[in-house]
Amino acid sequence: MTTFDTTTWTRIEPPARKVKVSIDGEDVIVTEGATVLDACRQAGVDTPTLCYGDTLTPVNACRVCVVEVEGSRALVPACSREAEGGMEISTDSNRVRKSRQLVLELLGSSVNLKLAGMKHWMDRYDADAGRFGPPGEPAGAGERDQAQPGHHHDVDGATAATVTEPPRIDNALYMRDYAKCILCYKCVEACGEDAQNTFAIAVAGRGFEARISTEFAVELPDSACVFCGNCIGVCPTGALMPMTEWTMRQAGTWNEEEQTITRTVCSFCGVGCNLELHVQDNKVVKATSPEDHSVTSGHLCIKGRFGWEHIQSVDD
Amino acid sequence: MWGSNARNAHPIFFHHVLKGLRNGARMFTVDPRRSETAQWADVWLGIDVGTDIPLANAIGREIIHAGLTNDEFIERATIGFEDYQTSVEPWTLDVASDVTGVPAEAIRQLAHEYARAPTAQLCWTLGITEHHNATDNVLSLINLSLLTGHVGRYGSGLVPVRGQNNVQGGGDMGALPNKYPGFQDVENDEIRLKFETSWGSPLPAQNGWHLSQMFEAMDKGQMRSLYVIGENPAQSEADVSHAIDVLNRLDFMVVQDIFMTKTAELADVVFPAAAGWAETDGTVTSSERRVQLVRKALDPPGEARDDSDIILDLARAMGHDWGNPTAEQVWDELRSLSPMHAGMSYKRLDELGGIQWPCPDENHPGELFLHSRLWSDPIGGPPAPFTPVEHSPPLDELSEDYPIRLTTGRRLDSYNTGVQSIGYTSPIRDEETIDLSPEDGEMLGVGEGELVRIVSRRGVIEAPVRFDRGLRAGLAFMTPHFPDEVDTNQLTADAWDPKSGTAEFKATAIRIERISETVS
Repeated sequence: MTTFDTTTWTRIEPPARKVKVSIDGEDVIVTEGATVLDACRQAGVDTPTLCYGDTLTPVNACRVCVVEVEGSRALVPACSREAEGGMEISTDSNRVRKSRQLVLELLGSSVNLKLAGMKHWMDRYDADAGRFGPPGEPAGAGERDQAQPGHHHDVDGATAATVTEPPRIDNALYMRDYAKCILCYKCVEACGEDAQNTFAIAVAGRGFEARISTEFAVELPDSACVFCGNCIGVCPTGALMPMTEWTMRQAGTWNEEEQTITRTVCSFCGVGCNLELHVQDNKVVKATSPEDHSVTSGHLCIKGRFGWEHIQSVDD
Repeated sequence: MWGSNARNAHPIFFHHVLKGLRNGARMFTVDPRRSETAQWADVWLGIDVGTDIPLANAIGREIIHAGLTNDEFIERATIGFEDYQTSVEPWTLDVASDVTGVPAEAIRQLAHEYARAPTAQLCWTLGITEHHNATDNVLSLINLSLLTGHVGRYGSGLVPVRGQNNVQGGGDMGALPNKYPGFQDVENDEIRLKFETSWGSPLPAQNGWHLSQMFEAMDKGQMRSLYVIGENPAQSEADVSHAIDVLNRLDFMVVQDIFMTKTAELADVVFPAAAGWAETDGTVTSSERRVQLVRKALDPPGEARDDSDIILDLARAMGHDWGNPTAEQVWDELRSLSPMHAGMSYKRLDELGGIQWPCPDENHPGELFLHSRLWSDPIGGPPAPFTPVEHSPPLDELSEDYPIRLTTGRRLDSYNTGVQSIGYTSPIRDEETIDLSPEDGEMLGVGEGELVRIVSRRGVIEAPVRFDRGLRAGLAFMTPHFPDEVDTNQLTADAWDPKSGTAEFKATAIRIERISETVS
């Protein structure tokens, strides 16, 4: 039940309870309902995350954020575990370091993490993505779509299995490079209940054959996709990318250091979505929306994310 | 959601609606089409085009007869209830059902759930306002909010969802014929004196003309020149052939736009303008009255310039040097004259990510919702009036020659006359079509993709047919997005609302003629 100040009719929030936890021996007081990750951030303890997103429901898929909680048999994912009073949390114990190292090695050996921002974590935990052997044969175009549950390939023990396959380019607005996909589910959540509610994509297959797929693996223009690009907005590894960025990266002209990011307001309907225009050489090269903006929570529609090209159109 | 396909036209607003639905909110959608929005509704009321007032009046009558009115609120905060009660008395559920095409039980259910809900909002868009009686349609909804007290409280309210990024801001800034910035009346001597003193210039004492009145005046030769900024009337006006004829008869027209639009092609002088939202600094105001900063992200191309620079140079050419104020300096002048913006410094707009008006001083956080004054005790200001409104069907009547009702709207990936949205490639964009119900297709003997001739009392155009199962027999749908290929506004009627000046884009009478004898 929402209560109000009856003179101004503004909402009165109930007083929030606080809980005290210990992180690496230091006491931290957080608001009830905060996660262990929130507590770590408050304590200034840097924590790696991949599948976590501030605006998404945690799905606990990647396990890179695990911490050790005194009395808990298994390591717990910091991003979803609620901080409870009296919890004693270790973020840098031997178990935590080993676990994070292994997660990063398994991911790094099978997935291209070049754009995932994990390099310094791999260095910190001494993660050797090559220790399972050289990468195995990449899959051909569409090959992984055909994988059937239960039909596993025998491993040869000499090479590391990968999810490598050719990039999928089937429309003018964005591309999918599933060689970079860690199956974090963020795109599925953004396309689904967490934001867009279009449900164009889901995880198909099981085990190592699991992959993000449209219905019957049809190309995006034939799927339910409405091209809002909210999947791109949440993708942590660069597996999903606007075609403008992909094309420039392929040509070697993408230069983030040269880019400015300017916050403005979308030029279409009256909702007031904030846009961040990424500009390089006086050209917009990408549009995003800030996650902390109360109107968008980082999400946009097709017009906002892709409809800016008119300002730099050139007469034919 | 009344006359709004927000799922397509306001997708991020609809994200918030969806969150509400996921939290257990109930949604009723009133729309002639079973639109993408209606598909999310608990109940869809498939109203016949232009019968919004009978539906609203019947809902009001049902709320009254079921004893679900908020009597204390009506007593304390409103006037005119008795006249309203009398005016809705004829609109029984059965009568309304006959007129609107909505089952009586659905009307009853909406009335009861709306009245009983702890909080409820009425959201509407152009399905309410693009009619010849737009203002009356809005008043019919306001009456419902007054009956139930669903206004001016957290979670309850009247929500017109604005269609353009700064259509609210345009009004706020005084781009209205009867208002100065901050909705201050032109015909109020005291207000006018304030602006005259500040601007150092006498100002006209009478209201000006709104767009529809200007077209009438141009048609009659009373207005001989026109300065168009960022508007494309040669494609956006209803009955557009007539509009172009009127523009062609002007002595002189200046067009200031980011593109060489169809209107610009008719101009004597064209000023190339920068794209305000990405190439200049300034503010816009969204649907929720939130003033936000737009910022210059890149330089405009070629000779294109900031709108305000062009206007300053124009003033200079007319012998008035207004200096070279920055966007912030212009805004600060506005703040000094418009009390509802007074507290919105650029610094605060930046820090707070926008502020909702009214914001009278720099300690004010901005108003979360309007009309909260109706809940203070005693109420602040005058009571809110009920306004009885009568049904007036669309002026472009259906007949034997024009038996099909054409309504218009937006598609997800496109926008208005396409000036901005044709600039990018959309994978979900098909060629423009006339959407028909499969039943009408069968009756007319036309197949999907077949090119047909569409005839209204004003014009004839051709478009391919697409079947939409969200349409009922007798209802057709088109968009204004691709006027170069399919000029939908050749068909629409320029009958407009005398109170708001809005044209009746939503209700055109048409017939469909086959072109080829064989179905392709």
